[in-house]
Amino acid sequence: MTRRDFLKNSALGVGGATAAMLGLQIVNPKELFAAVAEEKGKTRWAFLVDTYKCVGCGMCVKACKTENEIPWEANASRTWVERYVITKDGKRYADSPKAARDGFTNSKIDLGEGHEVEVKAEDIDKAFFVPKLCNQCEDPACVQACPVGATYQVPDGVVLIDRKWCIGCGYCIMACPYGVRFFNPVTHTAEKCTFCYHRISQGLMPACVDACAFGARKIGNLKDPEDPVTKIIKTERVGVLKSDFGTKPQVFYIGLDEEVK
Amino acid sequence: METLIHGEFWTLKELFVLPNEYIVWSIQIVMYPFMTGLVAGAFVLSSLYHVFGVKQLKDIARFALVFSFSLLFAAPIPLLLHLQQPFRALNVILTPHFTSAIAAFSVVFFTYAAIVAGELWFLYRKHLIETYQMYKGKEKKSLWDSLMVILFGALTLGAMDLSEKALHKDEKAIKFLAALGIPVAAFLHGYVGFIFGSVKANALWMTPLMPVIFIVSAIVSGVALCVLTYIITLEIRKFLAAGKAKRAEAHVKIPQIDSADLSVIQLSVRYLVIFLVFAISLELLDLIFRGYTAVKSWDILRSVIYKNDFVPVFVLQYGIGDALPLLLFLLPGFSMRRALIGTICVLFGVFMMRWNVVIGGQAFSLTFAGFMHYQLPIIPHDIETLKEGLMGIIGVFIAPFCFFWVVNKIFPVFVKKAAVAGGS
Repeated sequence: MTRRDFLKNSALGVGGATAAMLGLQIVNPKELFAAVAEEKGKTRWAFLVDTYKCVGCGMCVKACKTENEIPWEANASRTWVERYVITKDGKRYADSPKAARDGFTNSKIDLGEGHEVEVKAEDIDKAFFVPKLCNQCEDPACVQACPVGATYQVPDGVVLIDRKWCIGCGYCIMACPYGVRFFNPVTHTAEKCTFCYHRISQGLMPACVDACAFGARKIGNLKDPEDPVTKIIKTERVGVLKSDFGTKPQVFYIGLDEEVK
Repeated sequence: METLIHGEFWTLKELFVLPNEYIVWSIQIVMYPFMTGLVAGAFVLSSLYHVFGVKQLKDIARFALVFSFSLLFAAPIPLLLHLQQPFRALNVILTPHFTSAIAAFSVVFFTYAAIVAGELWFLYRKHLIETYQMYKGKEKKSLWDSLMVILFGALTLGAMDLSEKALHKDEKAIKFLAALGIPVAAFLHGYVGFIFGSVKANALWMTPLMPVIFIVSAIVSGVALCVLTYIITLEIRKFLAAGKAKRAEAHVKIPQIDSADLSVIQLSVRYLVIFLVFAISLELLDLIFRGYTAVKSWDILRSVIYKNDFVPVFVLQYGIGDALPLLLFLLPGFSMRRALIGTICVLFGVFMMRWNVVIGGQAFSLTFAGFMHYQLPIIPHDIETLKEGLMGIIGVFIAPFCFFWVVNKIFPVFVKKAAVAGGS
């Protein structure tokens, strides 16, 4: 092969490959959503948790596990309920055994590694329950951390995961300040609460909201000023979890306590 | 076992830990920065000769470069073993999401690999051509010889010019690539530090010092491994040659092989000490700063560092990994044996530093009110505990030496001096 032939063939090869590659297009999720979204910019999902109303029954966790097919016995859940107990002598306890799937049915507090402690009712200063779920942050640390773009934010604010593209590196799990993410034991990909996106995008309520008999969990659209949840968030005193991480969480709490981690 | 969450098997939870929290990044993520650190460190050692002209390090420099190249193949293995979906690993290259530190891995890694491979090629060009011509010149070629002709022919890339001028150009290229390689090697490892340091959710990891600490400790570990392997390889060769000489008949002359030159080892160790002092200073600075500023996370970090992880941090990392080798290297009466023990201690210390960062960073809950304890799976009972257990790390430890054995066949470290560029 002469040098001339070599150059000629290389040019042909590179040119041909480039022409073929031009047919492929990398889809930018943002552009895609902009093209298909019917009500552009009219929705921003947010969640409202009224901790005063939560009784720790665990029905939300049961409903979530069933709805989202997270194995019943798996020690992880897209949503969970925490119990906080502060005693008169200043001791602070908190637990969420089995993500509170079975509810808090007795006064024994789980200390991990099989240990429990019994706290008498008369020794308690204050005690309360705090439901937790994905905060669908405005600036999600998990989306920033995903090396392949398998987790992404849709225009209405919810963060989703592409189970077919996730490589399972766990960086998003590390990046989330709220510990909402885990590896799905069946799909072996990252997993988290999506506000039941398959339901809310069809006009239904998330499974946990439907399951809560006490109205402790509510979902609303922040861009709709008439939405009752939006009204509460706008006009009442609500708090968010771990605001110092700068992720701008969108799950708002009524009755948040300093103790809540 | 479909209900077991990844990490659940080796995580013990104490007090208030969130339901989804487990030690997700386990032993292979300890191995990953350890291996990349060795790659970067070995390269820096080789550059000391090529760029800064530290003449005494000529032999060990060549060794370090070949070894760095072998380690390079081993560096991504822990990542693949760690991934839950290893067959999708190429997604990182197909759709890199550049806001993520991990997305840059392929770019940084392959840039660095190209530089090392390029330098190696220029260094061994003369050897490759001579080997090619030797096999080609054989009258009766066996199948093996023909394969070698193809292999070495391909490796020469068709550049057969062995003139004085061409060889001089080779040397210039080596120097250029070695110089270019230093910042890239530093970047390769600094960026590994960035992967950890940029995780704002993790109170132990999040510090801008992390990339710097990683770079310096990488150089420490790389130099230590090169010195260690260099001594051992020469001893093995000496032992084998002695055995051969014993068996050989009196009239056959077997060339005698010397041990490593103590002055070379001493000089390498001197560089090692400089970087070691840097590494210790940075790590202590980080610790002191955290204690002094004592922000919200300090309470839990203090109980992890001073209580739960006291032995791995202060005894294994600072004691055996830092203080002991410093004594061994600096006390008068330096010997080969002390170099050997010292470098093993240094390597162990750097490994423990990685361990204390990766595992220690997950030893406490996001609630700051609970702990997670890691139990390394020893005997595997499924694929997960095989990959991310003792067997997995033994495999990763052995891999670079296997690669070295293969790479050494093509790019022999111990060649006659005239056969490589800059050797005459």
